[in-house]
Amino acid sequence: MHEFSIALGIIEIAEENAQKADAKVIHEIEIEVGTLSGVMTDALKNALEVAVENTILKNTKRTFLELQAKGRCESCSCEFELNGYMTPCPTCQGFNFDIIQGQELRVKSLSVD
Amino acid sequence: MCDHCGCSRDNQVSIKKPGEVEEHDQHHDHHDHSPHHDHHHHHHNGRKIEVARDIMQKSNLVAERNRGFFEAKNILTLNLMSSPGSGKTTLLEKTISDLKDDLDFYIIEGDQQTMNDAERIKATGAPVIQVNTGDGCHLDAEMVNRAIKKLDVADNAVLMIENVGNLVCPSLFDLGEAKRIVIISVTEGDDKPAKYPTMFYSSDICIINKIDLLPYVNFNADKAKECALKVNHHLEFFEVSATTGEGMNSWYQWLKKAS
Repeated sequence: MHEFSIALGIIEIAEENAQKADAKVIHEIEIEVGTLSGVMTDALKNALEVAVENTILKNTKRTFLELQAKGRCESCSCEFELNGYMTPCPTCQGFNFDIIQGQELRVKSLSVD
Repeated sequence: MCDHCGCSRDNQVSIKKPGEVEEHDQHHDHHDHSPHHDHHHHHHNGRKIEVARDIMQKSNLVAERNRGFFEAKNILTLNLMSSPGSGKTTLLEKTISDLKDDLDFYIIEGDQQTMNDAERIKATGAPVIQVNTGDGCHLDAEMVNRAIKKLDVADNAVLMIENVGNLVCPSLFDLGEAKRIVIISVTEGDDKPAKYPTMFYSSDICIINKIDLLPYVNFNADKAKECALKVNHHLEFFEVSATTGEGMNSWYQWLKKAS
């Protein structure tokens, strides 16, 4: 359900930035979604499908870029890719890591005219 | 559709004290959406604007405003999250009753519908406000901002926010709290942290409730803790029964120290 409020956040950011750039049309929007952002890309796509109606993003190509989650082990300082929250450190097999990438939810760029 | 949760026009967020008459709040912007539309994707290059904006930024800014307000007034704010039925309200009732001579409690109750939880808290004597989210699946910083203005929380108080019963969506929304507390009960599976890791990763404290029922259920508390620590090695645990009072003292010690 929360994907809908995320979708409306995206539209708001797009409208704000298009206005600032004096753009009449947005051809493409790039959206970055971390693999541990807590948002399902498919659910977000569906939410946007409905939410963009009557907005500047109605006919905009929506590109989703996945950001692979990474962790840093607190015990041995090694950095590694996280496949979910319960990924052991490949070096010391511990679970004492902090997430350093993969929780992002960002509007990366707009292509406008 | 509602800008927070996708709810329909009839299910607006309402923020009320027990006994208060319904107030229709217009803070949501409602748009009409037609599901039928054509796609005309244009593939021009155009100018590229590097935006790099966090989509949660607006909501996070409101949360930080709340946090600043709490810090200035020395209010300890806790966000209590769990599945429905884990015993959040009972834990609150017991905590307020046992500590009301030591701490000044204020409560925000979040549910989709009904004033039931606010009525239960009101009976303990603590000031309470109910946020009904309609179809919404979580509380957000804006709702809390409006609720604290109405609740008029005193300096040096403890503000407990009981979130909507849901182990998924509330994990993404910062309300401006000092600590996030996830509550699980022994009648749930001990693999809950593995199934709902985002919630456990975002929490500071995990309370395992209903431990008086341990002899009757298939719940291994050590396994649950081990599982939760694999998700978040910073988690701190309390094992309690809000019904019998077992284990509540260490939770109370923590609360008194933190406030």
